[in-house]
Amino acid sequence: MSTTPDNLLYSKSHEWVKVEGEFATIGITHHAQAELGDITYLELPEVGRVLQEEEQFGEVESVKAVSELFCPVSGEVVEANTGILNSTEVINEDPYEQGWLIKVRVADKEELAALLNAGDYEKFAGQEGH
Amino acid sequence: MVDFAGWSMPVMYGSILEEVKAVRGACGMFDISHMGRFHLESRGACALLQKLTSNNVEHLKPYQAHYSLLTNDRGGIEDDIIVYCIHPEHYLVVVNASNAQKDWVWIQQHVDLQSDLVDYTAGTAMIAVQGPLAVETVARIAGEEVRQIGRFHWGQGKLNDVDVLYCRTGYTGEDGFELIAPAESAVELWNMLLREGVVPCGLGARDTLRIEAGYPLYGHEIDSDTTPVEAGLMWAVDMEKSFFNGQEAIRNLQKQGAQRRLAGLVCNDRSLPRQGYTVMHDSNVIGQVTSGAFSPARGCSIAMAYLHRDKARSGVSVQIGVRDRILNATVVPKKELLIRQPA
Repeated sequence: MSTTPDNLLYSKSHEWVKVEGEFATIGITHHAQAELGDITYLELPEVGRVLQEEEQFGEVESVKAVSELFCPVSGEVVEANTGILNSTEVINEDPYEQGWLIKVRVADKEELAALLNAGDYEKFAGQEGH
Repeated sequence: MVDFAGWSMPVMYGSILEEVKAVRGACGMFDISHMGRFHLESRGACALLQKLTSNNVEHLKPYQAHYSLLTNDRGGIEDDIIVYCIHPEHYLVVVNASNAQKDWVWIQQHVDLQSDLVDYTAGTAMIAVQGPLAVETVARIAGEEVRQIGRFHWGQGKLNDVDVLYCRTGYTGEDGFELIAPAESAVELWNMLLREGVVPCGLGARDTLRIEAGYPLYGHEIDSDTTPVEAGLMWAVDMEKSFFNGQEAIRNLQKQGAQRRLAGLVCNDRSLPRQGYTVMHDSNVIGQVTSGAFSPARGCSIAMAYLHRDKARSGVSVQIGVRDRILNATVVPKKELLIRQPA
Protein backbone atom coordinates (compact mmCIF):
# COMPACT_ATOMS: atom_id res chain seq x y z
CA MET A 1 0.00 0.00 0.00
CA SER A 2 1.30 3.39 -0.92
CA THR A 3 1.51 5.78 2.00
CA THR A 4 0.13 8.52 -0.29
CA PRO A 5 -2.13 6.95 -2.95
CA ASP A 6 -2.18 8.78 -6.30
CA ASN A 7 -5.95 8.56 -6.75
CA LEU A 8 -6.75 10.73 -3.73
CA LEU A 9 -6.72 14.45 -2.96
CA TYR A 10 -5.22 15.85 0.23
CA SER A 11 -5.74 18.79 2.59
CA LYS A 12 -3.08 20.68 4.49
CA SER A 13 -4.78 19.55 7.70
CA HIS A 14 -3.88 15.96 6.70
CA GLU A 15 -7.23 14.63 5.51
CA TRP A 16 -7.58 12.66 2.31
CA VAL A 17 -10.56 12.91 -0.08
CA LYS A 18 -11.69 10.25 -2.52
CA VAL A 19 -14.15 11.62 -5.08
CA GLU A 20 -16.66 9.23 -6.65
CA GLY A 21 -19.38 10.98 -8.64
CA GLU A 22 -21.18 13.44 -6.38
CA PHE A 23 -19.78 11.82 -3.21
CA ALA A 24 -16.49 12.24 -1.39
CA THR A 25 -15.09 9.84 1.20
CA ILE A 26 -12.83 11.47 3.79
CA GLY A 27 -10.23 10.10 6.18
CA ILE A 28 -6.88 11.02 7.70
CA THR A 29 -3.60 10.35 5.94
CA HIS A 30 -0.96 7.78 6.70
CA HIS A 31 1.30 10.66 7.72
CA ALA A 32 -1.33 11.95 10.19
CA GLN A 33 -1.92 8.56 11.83
CA ALA A 34 1.83 7.98 12.12
CA GLU A 35 2.31 11.36 13.81
CA LEU A 36 -0.53 10.67 16.26
CA GLY A 37 0.47 7.11 17.14
CA ASP A 38 -2.09 4.65 18.51
CA ILE A 39 -5.52 6.21 18.01
CA THR A 40 -7.83 5.37 20.90
CA TYR A 41 -10.80 7.70 20.44
CA LEU A 42 -12.80 8.97 17.48
CA GLU A 43 -15.70 11.41 17.37
CA LEU A 44 -17.80 11.52 14.20
CA PRO A 45 -20.67 13.79 13.08
CA GLU A 46 -24.31 12.73 12.72
CA VAL A 47 -25.52 11.69 9.29
CA GLY A 48 -27.43 14.60 7.76
CA ARG A 49 -25.23 17.31 9.22
CA VAL A 50 -24.24 19.89 6.62
CA LEU A 51 -20.57 20.81 6.81
CA GLN A 52 -18.88 23.88 5.41
CA GLU A 53 -15.47 23.72 3.80
CA GLU A 54 -12.80 23.47 6.55
CA GLU A 55 -15.42 23.10 9.28
CA GLN A 56 -14.50 20.85 12.18
CA PHE A 57 -16.46 17.60 11.92
CA GLY A 58 -14.96 15.56 14.75
CA GLU A 59 -11.74 14.64 16.49
CA VAL A 60 -9.28 11.83 16.87
CA GLU A 61 -7.28 11.23 20.00
CA SER A 62 -4.19 9.17 20.59
CA VAL A 63 -2.17 8.47 23.68
CA LYS A 64 0.05 11.37 22.60
CA ALA A 65 -2.35 14.04 21.34
CA VAL A 66 -5.79 15.22 20.31
CA SER A 67 -6.35 16.28 16.72
CA GLU A 68 -9.37 18.06 15.29
CA LEU A 69 -10.80 16.79 12.02
CA PHE A 70 -11.65 19.33 9.33
CA CYS A 71 -13.86 18.69 6.34
CA PRO A 72 -11.95 19.61 3.17
CA VAL A 73 -15.13 20.12 1.13
CA SER A 74 -18.63 21.47 1.84
CA GLY A 75 -21.44 18.96 1.84
CA GLU A 76 -23.98 16.91 3.71
CA VAL A 77 -22.77 13.90 5.69
CA VAL A 78 -24.41 10.82 4.15
CA GLU A 79 -22.48 8.18 6.04
CA ALA A 80 -20.14 8.01 9.06
CA ASN A 81 -17.89 5.04 9.79
CA THR A 82 -19.35 4.37 13.24
CA GLY A 83 -18.36 0.70 12.99
CA ILE A 84 -14.78 1.60 13.95
CA LEU A 85 -15.58 3.75 17.02
CA ASN A 86 -14.57 0.88 19.29
CA SER A 87 -11.74 -0.37 17.12
CA THR A 88 -9.99 2.89 16.30
CA GLU A 89 -6.70 1.07 15.70
CA VAL A 90 -8.13 0.43 12.22
CA ILE A 91 -7.30 4.07 11.39
CA ASN A 92 -3.63 3.34 12.14
CA GLU A 93 -3.62 0.05 10.31
CA ASP A 94 -5.59 0.96 7.21
CA PRO A 95 -6.17 4.73 6.99
CA TYR A 96 -7.26 4.76 3.33
CA GLU A 97 -9.68 1.83 3.24
CA GLN A 98 -11.24 0.41 6.42
CA GLY A 99 -10.22 3.49 8.39
CA TRP A 100 -12.29 6.00 6.37
CA LEU A 101 -14.26 8.47 8.51
CA ILE A 102 -17.17 10.13 6.66
CA LYS A 103 -18.81 10.29 3.27
CA VAL A 104 -20.35 13.58 2.13
CA ARG A 105 -22.47 14.66 -0.83
CA VAL A 106 -20.22 17.33 -2.34
CA ALA A 107 -21.97 20.72 -2.51
CA ASP A 108 -19.43 22.53 -4.65
CA LYS A 109 -16.97 20.55 -6.74
CA GLU A 110 -14.93 23.70 -7.41
CA GLU A 111 -13.60 23.49 -3.85
CA LEU A 112 -11.72 20.34 -4.84
CA ALA A 113 -9.33 22.44 -6.92
CA ALA A 114 -7.84 23.86 -3.72
CA LEU A 115 -6.71 20.41 -2.52
CA LEU A 116 -3.26 18.91 -3.09
CA ASN A 117 -2.37 15.97 -5.27
CA ALA A 118 -0.33 13.09 -3.85
CA GLY A 119 3.05 14.47 -4.90
CA ASP A 120 2.38 17.95 -3.51
CA TYR A 121 0.98 16.54 -0.26
CA GLU A 122 4.06 14.39 0.26
CA LYS A 123 6.27 17.44 -0.16
CA PHE A 124 4.07 19.45 2.19
CA ALA A 125 3.95 16.74 4.89
CA GLY A 126 7.67 16.13 4.58
CA GLN A 127 8.50 19.80 5.14
CA GLU A 128 6.04 20.18 7.98
CA GLY A 129 7.29 17.09 9.79
CA HIS A 130 10.91 18.22 9.99
CA MET B 1 12.42 10.59 21.59
CA VAL B 2 11.67 13.13 24.29
CA ASP B 3 13.68 14.88 26.96
CA PHE B 4 12.88 13.38 30.36
CA ALA B 5 14.69 14.93 33.33
CA GLY B 6 17.70 15.54 31.09
CA TRP B 7 17.65 12.03 29.59
CA SER B 8 16.73 11.38 25.98
CA MET B 9 14.03 8.72 26.23
CA PRO B 10 11.81 6.91 23.72
CA VAL B 11 8.03 7.38 24.17
CA MET B 12 7.61 4.20 22.16
CA TYR B 13 9.55 1.84 19.94
CA GLY B 14 6.55 0.93 17.77
CA SER B 15 3.00 1.06 19.07
CA ILE B 16 2.34 1.97 22.70
CA LEU B 17 -0.67 -0.34 22.88
CA GLU B 18 1.25 -3.28 21.42
CA GLU B 19 3.98 -2.68 24.00
CA VAL B 20 1.39 -2.66 26.80
CA LYS B 21 -0.04 -5.95 25.50
CA ALA B 22 3.42 -7.51 25.38
CA VAL B 23 3.99 -6.72 29.07
CA ARG B 24 0.53 -7.95 30.12
CA GLY B 25 0.68 -11.07 27.97
CA ALA B 26 4.33 -12.06 27.65
CA CYS B 27 7.40 -9.97 28.39
CA GLY B 28 8.59 -6.44 27.71
CA MET B 29 11.64 -4.44 28.72
CA PHE B 30 12.29 -0.81 29.58
CA ASP B 31 15.56 1.06 29.74
CA ILE B 32 15.18 2.73 33.13
CA SER B 33 18.81 3.78 33.46
CA HIS B 34 17.54 7.32 34.05
CA MET B 35 16.37 6.39 37.56
CA GLY B 36 18.75 7.57 40.27
CA ARG B 37 20.80 4.84 42.02
CA PHE B 38 22.51 5.86 45.24
CA HIS B 39 24.51 3.65 47.56
CA LEU B 40 24.44 4.69 51.20
CA GLU B 41 27.09 2.94 53.25
CA SER B 42 27.94 3.89 56.82
CA ARG B 43 27.54 2.79 60.42
CA GLY B 44 24.53 5.07 60.70
CA ALA B 45 22.94 4.18 57.32
CA CYS B 46 19.94 2.39 58.80
CA ALA B 47 19.23 5.12 61.37
CA LEU B 48 19.53 7.81 58.71
CA LEU B 49 17.07 6.12 56.34
CA GLN B 50 14.78 5.43 59.27
CA LYS B 51 14.60 9.20 59.81
CA LEU B 52 14.27 10.26 56.16
CA THR B 53 11.87 7.59 54.87
CA SER B 54 8.38 6.43 55.83
CA ASN B 55 8.75 2.64 55.79
CA ASN B 56 10.57 0.69 58.51
CA VAL B 57 14.15 0.12 57.40
CA GLU B 58 14.93 -1.90 60.54
CA HIS B 59 12.61 -4.60 59.23
CA LEU B 60 14.69 -5.01 56.07
CA LYS B 61 17.06 -7.96 56.08
CA PRO B 62 19.90 -8.34 53.57
CA TYR B 63 18.56 -9.21 50.09
CA GLN B 64 15.19 -7.64 50.90
CA ALA B 65 13.71 -4.43 49.48
CA HIS B 66 10.71 -2.24 50.12
CA TYR B 67 8.74 0.63 48.60
CA SER B 68 9.02 3.79 50.67
CA LEU B 69 8.56 7.56 50.66
CA LEU B 70 10.98 10.40 51.26
CA THR B 71 8.84 12.71 53.36
CA ASN B 72 9.20 16.32 54.45
CA ASP B 73 8.26 17.91 57.80
CA ARG B 74 4.74 18.62 56.56
CA GLY B 75 4.19 14.97 55.71
CA GLY B 76 4.45 15.79 52.01
CA ILE B 77 6.06 13.31 49.65
CA GLU B 78 9.40 14.49 48.24
CA ASP B 79 9.77 11.26 46.26
CA ASP B 80 8.75 7.63 46.17
CA ILE B 81 11.66 5.22 46.24
CA ILE B 82 12.74 1.61 46.57
CA VAL B 83 15.25 0.78 49.32
CA TYR B 84 17.31 -2.39 48.85
CA CYS B 85 19.19 -3.72 51.88
CA ILE B 86 22.68 -4.90 50.94
CA HIS B 87 23.47 -5.29 54.64
CA PRO B 88 22.38 -3.24 57.67
CA GLU B 89 25.12 -0.68 57.07
CA HIS B 90 24.73 -0.55 53.29
CA TYR B 91 21.63 0.26 51.22
CA LEU B 92 20.84 0.91 47.58
CA VAL B 93 18.23 3.62 47.12
CA VAL B 94 16.52 3.92 43.71
CA VAL B 95 14.78 7.25 43.11
CA ASN B 96 12.87 9.01 40.33
CA ALA B 97 14.99 10.65 37.62
CA SER B 98 13.07 13.90 37.95
CA ASN B 99 13.95 14.07 41.65
CA ALA B 100 17.41 12.52 41.63
CA GLN B 101 19.29 15.77 42.11
CA LYS B 102 16.95 17.02 44.82
CA ASP B 103 17.04 13.66 46.63
CA TRP B 104 20.83 13.56 46.40
CA VAL B 105 21.17 16.98 48.05
CA TRP B 106 18.54 16.07 50.65
CA ILE B 107 20.22 12.82 51.73
CA GLN B 108 23.70 14.35 51.48
CA GLN B 109 22.68 17.03 54.03
CA HIS B 110 22.06 14.32 56.59
CA VAL B 111 25.06 12.02 56.18
CA ASP B 112 28.01 12.11 58.59
CA LEU B 113 30.60 11.96 55.84
CA GLN B 114 29.95 13.08 52.28
CA SER B 115 31.66 9.89 51.08
CA ASP B 116 28.94 7.77 52.71
CA LEU B 117 26.64 8.46 49.76
CA VAL B 118 27.80 7.42 46.28
CA ASP B 119 25.93 8.05 43.03
CA TYR B 120 26.03 4.97 40.79
CA THR B 121 23.52 6.33 38.25
CA ALA B 122 25.98 7.16 35.47
CA GLY B 123 28.18 4.12 36.02
CA THR B 124 25.38 1.58 35.80
CA ALA B 125 22.44 0.80 33.54
CA MET B 126 19.04 -0.44 34.70
CA ILE B 127 16.71 -2.53 32.57
CA ALA B 128 13.26 -3.57 33.76
CA VAL B 129 12.08 -6.92 32.36
CA GLN B 130 8.39 -7.26 33.11
CA GLY B 131 5.51 -9.57 32.31
CA PRO B 132 4.19 -13.06 32.99
CA LEU B 133 7.13 -14.58 31.06
CA ALA B 134 9.77 -12.23 32.54
CA VAL B 135 11.11 -14.53 35.25
CA GLU B 136 11.53 -17.53 32.97
CA THR B 137 13.09 -15.34 30.28
CA VAL B 138 15.66 -13.90 32.69
CA ALA B 139 16.28 -17.41 34.04
CA ARG B 140 17.13 -18.62 30.52
CA ILE B 141 19.97 -16.13 30.17
CA ALA B 142 21.03 -15.75 33.80
CA GLY B 143 20.51 -19.26 35.14
CA GLU B 144 17.75 -21.00 37.06
CA GLU B 145 18.99 -19.63 40.42
CA VAL B 146 17.30 -16.29 39.76
CA ARG B 147 13.94 -18.01 40.24
CA GLN B 148 14.86 -18.35 43.93
CA ILE B 149 14.78 -14.57 44.35
CA GLY B 150 11.38 -13.71 45.85
CA ARG B 151 9.22 -10.64 45.23
CA PHE B 152 10.81 -7.51 46.74
CA HIS B 153 14.10 -9.35 47.10
CA TRP B 154 17.28 -9.03 45.10
CA GLY B 155 20.24 -11.21 44.29
CA GLN B 156 23.50 -10.87 42.44
CA GLY B 157 25.26 -13.00 39.90
CA LYS B 158 27.58 -13.06 36.92
CA LEU B 159 26.19 -12.80 33.45
CA ASN B 160 28.92 -13.26 30.80
CA ASP B 161 31.50 -12.30 33.45
CA VAL B 162 29.62 -9.12 34.28
CA ASP B 163 28.21 -8.44 37.75
CA VAL B 164 24.44 -8.00 37.63
CA LEU B 165 21.97 -7.20 40.39
CA TYR B 166 18.65 -8.98 39.90
CA CYS B 167 15.95 -6.98 41.69
CA ARG B 168 12.53 -8.65 41.75
CA THR B 169 10.73 -5.32 41.63
CA GLY B 170 8.87 -3.28 39.03
CA TYR B 171 6.37 -0.59 38.17
CA THR B 172 3.95 -2.32 35.80
CA GLY B 173 1.74 -4.51 37.98
CA GLU B 174 3.46 -7.57 36.52
CA ASP B 175 6.10 -9.88 37.91
CA GLY B 176 9.66 -9.44 36.70
CA PHE B 177 13.12 -8.15 37.41
CA GLU B 178 14.90 -4.84 37.33
CA LEU B 179 18.47 -5.58 36.29
CA ILE B 180 21.34 -3.32 37.27
CA ALA B 181 24.61 -3.82 35.38
CA PRO B 182 27.73 -1.78 34.57
CA ALA B 183 26.87 0.83 31.94
CA GLU B 184 29.38 -0.55 29.42
CA SER B 185 27.57 -3.91 29.37
CA ALA B 186 24.08 -2.41 28.89
CA VAL B 187 23.90 -2.84 25.11
CA GLU B 188 24.99 -6.48 25.33
CA LEU B 189 22.41 -7.19 28.04
CA TRP B 190 19.66 -5.45 26.04
CA ASN B 191 20.55 -7.45 22.92
CA MET B 192 20.56 -10.73 24.85
CA LEU B 193 17.02 -9.96 26.02
CA LEU B 194 16.01 -8.93 22.49
CA ARG B 195 17.20 -12.30 21.17
CA GLU B 196 14.97 -13.98 23.77
CA GLY B 197 11.99 -12.21 22.23
CA VAL B 198 11.55 -9.54 24.90
CA VAL B 199 9.67 -6.55 23.44
CA PRO B 200 11.31 -3.12 23.91
CA CYS B 201 8.87 -0.67 25.51
CA GLY B 202 8.99 3.09 25.94
CA LEU B 203 7.76 5.69 28.40
CA GLY B 204 4.25 5.69 26.89
CA ALA B 205 3.65 2.02 27.67
CA ARG B 206 5.27 2.41 31.08
CA ASP B 207 2.82 5.20 31.92
CA THR B 208 -0.25 3.23 30.76
CA LEU B 209 0.91 0.13 32.69
CA ARG B 210 1.49 2.01 35.93
CA ILE B 211 -1.86 3.82 35.67
CA GLU B 212 -3.63 0.49 35.10
CA ALA B 213 -1.80 -0.85 38.16
CA GLY B 214 -2.89 2.20 40.20
CA TYR B 215 0.71 3.23 40.93
CA PRO B 216 1.46 6.91 41.61
CA LEU B 217 3.89 9.00 39.58
CA TYR B 218 5.68 11.96 41.12
CA GLY B 219 4.27 15.20 39.67
CA HIS B 220 0.90 13.57 39.04
CA GLU B 221 -0.48 11.70 42.05
CA ILE B 222 2.20 12.73 44.52
CA ASP B 223 4.34 15.79 45.21
CA SER B 224 5.82 17.67 48.14
CA ASP B 225 2.36 19.05 49.11
CA THR B 226 0.61 15.68 48.97
CA THR B 227 0.60 13.31 51.93
CA PRO B 228 0.49 9.50 51.95
CA VAL B 229 -2.90 9.73 53.71
CA GLU B 230 -4.43 11.46 50.68
CA ALA B 231 -2.53 9.33 48.16
CA GLY B 232 -3.58 6.02 49.73
CA LEU B 233 0.03 5.12 50.46
CA MET B 234 -0.18 4.52 54.22
CA TRP B 235 0.78 0.88 53.55
CA ALA B 236 4.27 2.25 52.87
CA VAL B 237 4.31 4.26 56.13
CA ASP B 238 5.15 2.78 59.53
CA MET B 239 3.48 5.01 62.14
CA GLU B 240 4.87 2.76 64.92
CA LYS B 241 8.44 3.87 64.19
CA SER B 242 9.92 6.13 66.85
CA PHE B 243 10.43 8.99 64.36
CA PHE B 244 10.55 9.96 60.71
CA ASN B 245 10.22 13.31 58.94
CA GLY B 246 6.60 14.38 58.83
CA GLN B 247 5.33 11.67 61.15
CA GLU B 248 3.61 14.19 63.43
CA ALA B 249 1.90 15.96 60.52
CA ILE B 250 0.71 12.65 59.10
CA ARG B 251 -0.63 11.60 62.51
CA ASN B 252 -2.61 14.85 62.78
CA LEU B 253 -4.00 14.46 59.28
CA GLN B 254 -5.03 10.89 60.06
CA LYS B 255 -6.94 12.15 63.09
CA GLN B 256 -8.73 14.91 61.19
CA GLY B 257 -9.21 12.84 58.06
CA ALA B 258 -7.95 14.07 54.70
CA GLN B 259 -10.34 16.22 52.67
CA ARG B 260 -9.38 14.53 49.42
CA ARG B 261 -8.53 10.99 48.43
CA LEU B 262 -6.91 9.47 45.41
CA ALA B 263 -9.38 7.28 43.55
CA GLY B 264 -9.55 5.28 40.36
CA LEU B 265 -12.00 6.16 37.59
CA VAL B 266 -13.29 3.88 34.85
CA CYS B 267 -14.77 5.87 31.96
CA ASN B 268 -17.64 4.77 29.78
CA ASP B 269 -15.84 5.53 26.53
CA ARG B 270 -12.41 5.86 24.97
CA SER B 271 -11.81 9.61 25.27
CA LEU B 272 -8.76 10.34 27.41
CA PRO B 273 -9.00 12.26 30.70
CA ARG B 274 -5.74 14.16 31.17
CA GLN B 275 -4.01 15.72 34.17
CA GLY B 276 -5.86 18.78 35.46
CA TYR B 277 -9.28 17.96 33.99
CA THR B 278 -12.16 18.77 36.34
CA VAL B 279 -14.25 16.02 37.93
CA MET B 280 -17.88 16.82 38.80
CA HIS B 281 -20.77 15.21 40.63
CA ASP B 282 -24.30 16.68 40.39
CA SER B 283 -22.77 19.78 38.73
CA ASN B 284 -20.44 20.37 41.68
CA VAL B 285 -16.70 20.28 41.21
CA ILE B 286 -15.39 17.44 43.41
CA GLY B 287 -11.86 16.97 42.17
CA GLN B 288 -9.20 16.84 39.50
CA VAL B 289 -7.71 14.18 37.26
CA THR B 290 -4.05 13.37 37.99
CA SER B 291 -3.38 10.83 35.19
CA GLY B 292 -5.36 9.14 32.46
CA ALA B 293 -4.79 6.36 29.97
CA PHE B 294 -6.56 4.19 27.46
CA SER B 295 -6.67 0.71 28.97
CA PRO B 296 -6.40 -1.96 26.27
CA ALA B 297 -7.62 -4.60 28.75
CA ARG B 298 -10.83 -2.67 29.44
CA GLY B 299 -11.30 -1.16 25.99
CA CYS B 300 -12.02 2.23 27.58
CA SER B 301 -10.21 5.04 29.31
CA ILE B 302 -9.23 4.97 32.96
CA ALA B 303 -7.88 7.64 35.25
CA MET B 304 -6.74 8.49 38.72
CA ALA B 305 -8.12 11.61 40.38
CA TYR B 306 -8.16 13.38 43.71
CA LEU B 307 -11.80 13.53 44.81
CA HIS B 308 -13.56 15.01 47.81
CA ARG B 309 -13.50 12.31 50.47
CA ASP B 310 -17.29 11.86 50.44
CA LYS B 311 -17.22 11.05 46.73
CA ALA B 312 -14.06 8.93 46.62
CA ARG B 313 -16.17 5.83 47.11
CA SER B 314 -16.52 2.84 44.90
CA GLY B 315 -19.55 3.00 42.60
CA VAL B 316 -20.04 6.80 42.66
CA SER B 317 -20.88 8.21 39.21
CA VAL B 318 -18.88 11.26 38.17
CA GLN B 319 -18.49 13.45 35.12
CA ILE B 320 -15.17 14.58 33.69
CA GLY B 321 -15.00 17.74 31.61
CA VAL B 322 -13.08 16.85 28.44
CA ARG B 323 -12.78 19.97 26.29
CA ASP B 324 -16.38 20.68 25.17
CA ARG B 325 -17.78 17.29 26.26
CA ILE B 326 -18.71 15.44 29.39
CA LEU B 327 -17.15 12.05 29.94
CA ASN B 328 -19.03 9.79 32.36
CA ALA B 329 -17.03 7.64 34.74
CA THR B 330 -17.41 5.48 37.82
CA VAL B 331 -15.21 5.53 40.90
CA VAL B 332 -13.32 2.30 41.63
CA PRO B 333 -10.52 1.53 44.08
CA LYS B 334 -7.13 2.18 42.42
CA LYS B 335 -6.26 -1.50 42.78
CA GLU B 336 -9.25 -2.45 40.65
CA LEU B 337 -8.32 -0.34 37.63
CA LEU B 338 -6.44 -3.28 36.17
CA ILE B 339 -8.51 -6.18 34.93
CA ARG B 340 -7.03 -9.36 33.52
CA GLN B 341 -8.36 -10.58 30.22
CA PRO B 342 -9.39 -14.23 30.40
CA ALA B 343 -6.41 -16.39 29.44
